[in-house]
Amino acid sequence: MNVQTRAIEVTRYSPERDKEPYLQRYDVPFDESTSILDALNYIKEHIDATLSYRWSCRMAICGSCGVMVNGIPKLGCKDFLRLYDHTPETPIRIEPLAHFSVERDLIVNMDEFLTHLEAVKPYIIGDNVDTASLPAEASLQSPAQLSRYQQFANCINCGLCYAACPQFGLNPEFVGPGAIALAHRYNLDSRDHGKTERMPLLNSKNGVWSCTFVGFCSDVCPKGVDPAAAVNQGKVDSAKSMLIQLFKGSQLQGEHQ
Amino acid sequence: MQQHSFDVIVVGGGGAGLRAAIAAASADDSLQVAMLSKVYPMRSHTVAAEGGAAAVTRDDDSYAAHFEDTVAGGDWLAEQGVVDYFVRHAHAELVQMERWGCPWSRRPDGHVQVRRFGGMKTERTWFAADKTGFHMLHTLYQTSLKYPNIQRFDEYFVLDLITDESGIGGVIALQISTGELHVLYANAVIMATGGAGRVFRFNTNGGIVTGDGMAIAYRHGVALRDMEFVQYHPTGLPGSGILITEASRGEGGVLLNKDHYRYLQDYDLGPETPLGEPKNKYMELGPRDKLSQAFWHEQQQGRTGKHGESDVVYLDLRHLGAEFLHERLPFICELAKAYVNVDPVKEPIPIRPAVHYTMGGIMTDSQCETSIGGLYAVGECASVGLHGANRLGSNSLSELLVFGRLAGEKAARRARAFANKQHHNLLQARSKAILATWEDKIAGLMDTSTRDPKSRSWAELKQALVTTMETGCGIYRQESALQETLETIRALKADYQDVRIEDQSGVYNTDLLHCIELEFSLDVAEAICLAALERRESRGAHQRLEPELTQRNDREFLKHSLVSWENERAVLRWQDVDTSLSAPGERAYGDQRKTRQADNGGAA
Ligand SMILES: Cc1cc2nc3c(=O)[nH]c(=O)nc-3n(C[C@H](O)[C@H](O)[C@H](O)COP(=O)(O)OP(=O)(O)OC[C@H]3O[C@@H](n4cnc5c(N)ncnc54)[C@H](O)[C@@H]3O)c2cc1C
Ligand code: SF4
Ligand code: FES
Repeated sequence: MNVQTRAIEVTRYSPERDKEPYLQRYDVPFDESTSILDALNYIKEHIDATLSYRWSCRMAICGSCGVMVNGIPKLGCKDFLRLYDHTPETPIRIEPLAHFSVERDLIVNMDEFLTHLEAVKPYIIGDNVDTASLPAEASLQSPAQLSRYQQFANCINCGLCYAACPQFGLNPEFVGPGAIALAHRYNLDSRDHGKTERMPLLNSKNGVWSCTFVGFCSDVCPKGVDPAAAVNQGKVDSAKSMLIQLFKGSQLQGEHQ
Repeated sequence: MQQHSFDVIVVGGGGAGLRAAIAAASADDSLQVAMLSKVYPMRSHTVAAEGGAAAVTRDDDSYAAHFEDTVAGGDWLAEQGVVDYFVRHAHAELVQMERWGCPWSRRPDGHVQVRRFGGMKTERTWFAADKTGFHMLHTLYQTSLKYPNIQRFDEYFVLDLITDESGIGGVIALQISTGELHVLYANAVIMATGGAGRVFRFNTNGGIVTGDGMAIAYRHGVALRDMEFVQYHPTGLPGSGILITEASRGEGGVLLNKDHYRYLQDYDLGPETPLGEPKNKYMELGPRDKLSQAFWHEQQQGRTGKHGESDVVYLDLRHLGAEFLHERLPFICELAKAYVNVDPVKEPIPIRPAVHYTMGGIMTDSQCETSIGGLYAVGECASVGLHGANRLGSNSLSELLVFGRLAGEKAARRARAFANKQHHNLLQARSKAILATWEDKIAGLMDTSTRDPKSRSWAELKQALVTTMETGCGIYRQESALQETLETIRALKADYQDVRIEDQSGVYNTDLLHCIELEFSLDVAEAICLAALERRESRGAHQRLEPELTQRNDREFLKHSLVSWENERAVLRWQDVDTSLSAPGERAYGDQRKTRQADNGGAA
């Protein structure tokens, strides 16, 4: 059988061994269905067992396998060799997600994203169901109410939008597109009463106003979440909530005089 | 080496682990709960569940009906008391998920919508589009953030348990980001490590689903129960095994062979239901084992088509129309497009059966406790006795919640009862000894100077394992092939002793992790194969080809299989089944049901 191969080059880096990351080249067999992840798995099992990267579901839902492919953030399991035109002189380049610290090879420090995610309080607030006994009845939510936030609930926490965001690259304290989308998801949920608790972070200098609206985050999102829209709607909310704060503040001052 | 002390330790951050951690943490906020997972919780394979979670919901439904479907679906090998508890508690758990923000799909009036599912008499499956597991997992993970007394150890790989004469004492784990070993003490430990589908070549499971927790408990003397029952899902994508949810048949999809014929009517599942009118328990909505077996027969008779290397049949959704498909099955449209380049609106999707679910697991009592005091197991890694010989689709997501909560509460109670117990010298000595064994073992794996030039890599051994499991332990089984597979597995276990790894580093050494996972998988595979060999009858997902074994044999085999590790070998025993609520009857689907019921004087 005549097996076609493709050249790819992969970032290698071990903090225990290397001063600097470098690129290593591999030739992998290829057909119409070979994904970037398949190629990495082939290398791991047949060529070089020391290559490290994250993956699990191989069906674009667990969010583990984000990498840069020729400079663009992609899910390795949902990106295919067939989509890249290349010659032996120009291999497909696979690198760790941009803007994160690299731990080893293609593995980055995901806590840099998850800390932001956890900071936006991504859970229903004010529904008073936190008792040890179970609630008896489900709340009502119309399909229209559901569809207000549904898209923002589809985030798989892959971090591609962070790798696409120039602001996050400059300021790692920026809450960032994925986490803002999640905050927005809860703010829009008819069952939630936690918006006032989430707004201070979104209003802060590391919140929505850090965004300069490049919009690349939404382009790279593999799940159609459109985090840029969330950030933008967040700006409107933020402007409103700051106006209210301002108004309340001046009223208070007025009362004290 | 670092040491930590907790009240409760949860191993696994999937649906079961998260639900258990929340239950333990909310039972008593003074309890300190640790949750360890080899991946970030939202990467756990619960994320891949598409179809939905079952609970009696509609007015015209009843606990008795859900109970009957589950017990009959499991071919009378389910523990009936456990099933009874389950059907009574599932609804409240789904409501709890709703209150925690799970975006369940809704009816126009705002109530949660339910859908049809295979083997269920009536609509009782809650769903969140076709990403139910994803939404449940993220809802649970996000909700868990509210509990300051849950401390997560993400990307910690659990290697072993520490026990003493009074029961469990803790776990040993490897911190993946550094390679450092940790000892974590607790008087209650919950295993929630998921299934073992990856011991088969062709499966719907994620790469992490390697049976670790089952093997770890087994090596400590806990029996693995009903391991021979491995569910094939009838609709996986050829090549990758990626799942096309059963909900696509619930919504009206039909199965065709290469001659465009709805072949299921030839396998006691008919008569053919009209297009667009799916009927519970008929045709495409028959149970999974029957559908996968029908594929095998079609394949034997040359009536399957080809997609690449794979024999396939076709799932036709075209009559449902673009709008409906994009609303109800958006993920299926995305997966079919990405992985087989098919637009379901325009073309039928090529599919074939793939290993999907391990019905068996770590044996527990009805309260999720194992034979080691204070060690609990829950979710797909466990056998609490809910599924019997075949799991009904959408029962396991509910299982994670119902029994996750139960395990969490029991563990919390145990932790309080033992709160004053000191981690005495014996336990410390034990943990030291186990730690030393692992240090030696890891050093041994890395010691390439002693490598036998003929030795194979873990990757080669894994390939051999998954291939032999598929050949010898697949949809249909027989003595000679099972015997051969068992011998192959044992030879692979011997070969494993010579394995060495290339990677010498501490930081993210995935070479090491995969190598250890393989050792776990080999234990689990041996248990599956041994039980399959000894169960000389056909029941549920376990089907034997020998003419005298094609029927269920209640006289000899209305029993659970138990495989235990004793004196360095796998030993099989049998355990009686709780059939106190419903005597074994015949499992029938399609019109066969009516005929059988008429024969039995109309009793349902
Ligand atoms: C594709 C697919 C679709 C499905 N669809 C449905 C459905 O529609 N309805 C339904 O009811 N069921 C469905 N199922 C079954 C159901 O989803 C699973 O049985 C269930 O999600 C398993 O959950 P779990 O919490 O037990 O395990 P998992 O979600 O697999 O989690 C296991 C956890 O254990 C951890 N772990 C494992 N080993 C170790 C170790 N050594 N050290 C540390 N941590 C470890 C992992 O990191 C992970 O966090 C589906 C299954 C699949 C594969
Ligand atoms: S918003 Fe999209 S790109 Fe960003 S983390 Fe979520 S799924 Fe990934
Ligand atoms: S492996 Fe899960 S998203 Fe790619």
